[in-house]
Amino acid sequence: MELIYEISVNGRRGVRLPASDVPAATPLPGEFLRAEPAGLPELSELDVVRHFTQLSRRNIGVDTTFYPLGSCTMKYNPKAMEEGARLFLPFHPMIALLPGGEALAQGTLAILHHMEEALEEITGMDAVTCQPLAGAHGEMTGIMLIAAYHKAKGNRKKYVIVPDSSHGTNPASAAMAGYQVVTIPTAPYGDMDLEAFKAALNGEVAAVMMTCPNTLGLFNPHIKEICDMAHGVDALVYYDGANLNAILGQLRPGDVGFDVVHVNLHKTFGTPHGSGGPGSGPVGVKKALIPFLPVPRVVRRKDGSFTLAADNPQSIGRMANFFGNFGVIARAYAYTLMLGREGLIEVSELAVLNANYVMSRLKDLYELPFDQTCMHECVFSASRQLQHDIHAIDIAKFLIDKGFHPPTVYFPMIVKEAIMIEPTETESKATLDAFIDAMREAAELAEKDPAALKRAPVTTPISRLDETKAAREQNVCFA
Amino acid sequence: MSFTPHTPEEIREMLATIGVGSIGDLFRPIPKELRARSFDLPPGMSEFEMMARLQEMAARNGRVVPFVGGGYYDHVIPAAVDHLAGRSEFYTAYTPYQPECSQGSLQALFEYQTAICRLTGLEASNASLYDGGTALAEAAMMALRVTGRGRILLDGAVNPFHRAIVRTYLANLPVEIVELPPVNGMLDRQSLAGKLDDRCAAVMVQNPTFFGCVADYSDLAAQVHKSGALLVSAVYAVSLGLLKPPGDMGVDIAVGDGQSLGNHLSFGGPAFGFITAKKQYIRNMPGRIVGETVDREGRRGFVLTLQAREQHIKRHKATSNICSNQSLCALRGLIFLASLGKRGLVELARLNRDKAEYAKRALAAVRGVTIPPGGPTFNEFTIRLPKRADDVVASLLQRGIAAGVPLGSYYPGEENSVVVTVTEKRTKGEIALLARELEGALWN
Repeated sequence: MELIYEISVNGRRGVRLPASDVPAATPLPGEFLRAEPAGLPELSELDVVRHFTQLSRRNIGVDTTFYPLGSCTMKYNPKAMEEGARLFLPFHPMIALLPGGEALAQGTLAILHHMEEALEEITGMDAVTCQPLAGAHGEMTGIMLIAAYHKAKGNRKKYVIVPDSSHGTNPASAAMAGYQVVTIPTAPYGDMDLEAFKAALNGEVAAVMMTCPNTLGLFNPHIKEICDMAHGVDALVYYDGANLNAILGQLRPGDVGFDVVHVNLHKTFGTPHGSGGPGSGPVGVKKALIPFLPVPRVVRRKDGSFTLAADNPQSIGRMANFFGNFGVIARAYAYTLMLGREGLIEVSELAVLNANYVMSRLKDLYELPFDQTCMHECVFSASRQLQHDIHAIDIAKFLIDKGFHPPTVYFPMIVKEAIMIEPTETESKATLDAFIDAMREAAELAEKDPAALKRAPVTTPISRLDETKAAREQNVCFA
Repeated sequence: MSFTPHTPEEIREMLATIGVGSIGDLFRPIPKELRARSFDLPPGMSEFEMMARLQEMAARNGRVVPFVGGGYYDHVIPAAVDHLAGRSEFYTAYTPYQPECSQGSLQALFEYQTAICRLTGLEASNASLYDGGTALAEAAMMALRVTGRGRILLDGAVNPFHRAIVRTYLANLPVEIVELPPVNGMLDRQSLAGKLDDRCAAVMVQNPTFFGCVADYSDLAAQVHKSGALLVSAVYAVSLGLLKPPGDMGVDIAVGDGQSLGNHLSFGGPAFGFITAKKQYIRNMPGRIVGETVDREGRRGFVLTLQAREQHIKRHKATSNICSNQSLCALRGLIFLASLGKRGLVELARLNRDKAEYAKRALAAVRGVTIPPGGPTFNEFTIRLPKRADDVVASLLQRGIAAGVPLGSYYPGEENSVVVTVTEKRTKGEIALLARELEGALWN
């Protein structure tokens, strides 16, 4: 398909701007001006509409297709949330920061505060900030809070412990907060190796970052023990909320002993992923970390009104331009209102049911490296299919032809040829059955006609792409 | 309600297939003593009740005429932007890890990267960052990696919120940040000259500055490069319809807020941040980058590329921890730019400056108001009042006008100054109202 720059026609015009009601200004001196207009396309409105509508048809999303992308929680995004967020589009964030401006932002500040309170109850933490703009941003905020805590106590800490099954964002966030990363291997029972953990834990460890359930979709029964041991050396324990969907209403990280959590509103709270964002990554903390939270904080006054507090000398400072991705937070608030207590519990129940159903119907054909009850997702290995030179990626591409978005492949890295399936709670048995049939067909083809899998996908506008060429040529801008 | 489709019969069938008696059995791996001690949330409601609740909350926000910026700007948004970005093939998709079924997002992001390069006059853009402030912090870290040096010279005329984000991001790294107090709303060149040496990784400036002043950093770039440092400039996207692009000045890395390009104010987010640089620095860039390639039949296609920089491959050695970015908002930016087109963006920028110059004259005519020295401006300018700006702005706010951002909280000694923003959406009548009300607040 042509690029938007290739369909440009010299002199064609699209959207018209309002006529000016003031005289033209004296032009700026030449040294401040651009020599020629930026090379943007020249198109009619219909040209633009056709182009992007056609592009959209070369994409699939949750609304078109089952999307069991493990670790990403691609659940249905209820439409009412979009309508709800639309109500707040005109509000300028600076108004709330002007002297006396808070009075004009009571509705939006209330939403931020209510969402923080709801997340406190859901995670069992003492305070929450909605400022972080994505999950990884929440992680970095959380590790910075931990760093500030240790600094204030005069603790000399150097290391952050991360299991080898963790998301790459965990070690990357720890490094951005100035820590060295210690990676702990996964034991044959599917959890962080406890003995290796004990050996690595010492007084210089600042934090332990855990995903719970872990990225294999398994619940680690030693989680409280790990928290207690970490606290024994004044290390804090970080809860990566990527998999919160599995435990909504079942377990609260705060009850178990976690000190800091982040929540992915774009996963657990049903806000759309937008082809890779925007997300929102609120962070919850225990009491000891409250003084370090980013500013400004939304605070409820005694009279019930809301104010913004920025004069916090111990705060880590500012993580974002304003108050977070408000539109995403408003959607998540709408989600929380609609589901309520029972609905949120039902989320985890049916997410876990769906994952176990898929797991039990595929484990005869696909290697299941950790054969036990899973939580919200299950991780297979294509190692059996590898005997026929079929890789996880070949199965993934075949699934596209069968009308599904593939599961996550090659993550977690500790499983060879990993296929990570997260169905989510919003998918029906019929959809799961169709997906299972396709997975079973792929396993059969791996034995009988592996070349067919290697050809896939054949139903898409393009076939498999040459990624090496892209990396070598680095053509990232249309010439 | 939880938007789940399961019937009781289906649940029974599924449990039987799994071989357990109840859903509760599936949660057995969680020991009893670790179960939630509380889950005290209100009962759910229908979407209609939810909408009524949110409408009631939206009504608690006041509506005022905004002459404020601070990094976010009240610009027009063509209807096509909402409609096209509202295609759920875009907004309900994940990061395009499977390129064959994500060519829509990938091609759009490639077109976005191209638009940002053309706007800024630079050669390589990523597929978006969170916002302008975090983009500035990422640019600082990029410069530290490129130069292997440990000091950042940060112009005090850069947006104070964005400077705060840079300080927070770098707080735990062995890096020194030297902030240079601005002179007349601009970089203090003299002070900079004394501090620029071979320990300096980057000089970070903004155009226009937080005070509204327009700069040409061409000579600065030469000076910075002589010391072996990089020049990083934050820019205001819409202003680039008119102003000299950072690439033409010799800037190495340019960043900015993309909100002004087709993203709603939405109480501060979501919008997007952009980062673009000279091609030689591409391997040090943070975040996702889309590259062009071909498929097995030789047809053009697009993929996420240079992923060896990223956290999911490099873990603690990645160029950044960023994973999700602001793709949908970047798509909005692209649709906005395509809708306005080459000439439309120039007209938009000119309209902004015309309105702002008109407003500047109108406010300068108010008794007691002066325009401090500082050179030309784009759509924001600083005015000095004969009274404390906080009080004046607060009193105008009561009368439905957000007159600007008082500078006292951010710049000691500037307690009487206000930065006023005038976009194309402000009318002659609103500007007259601002002048009249300001006169009233000052003298009645």
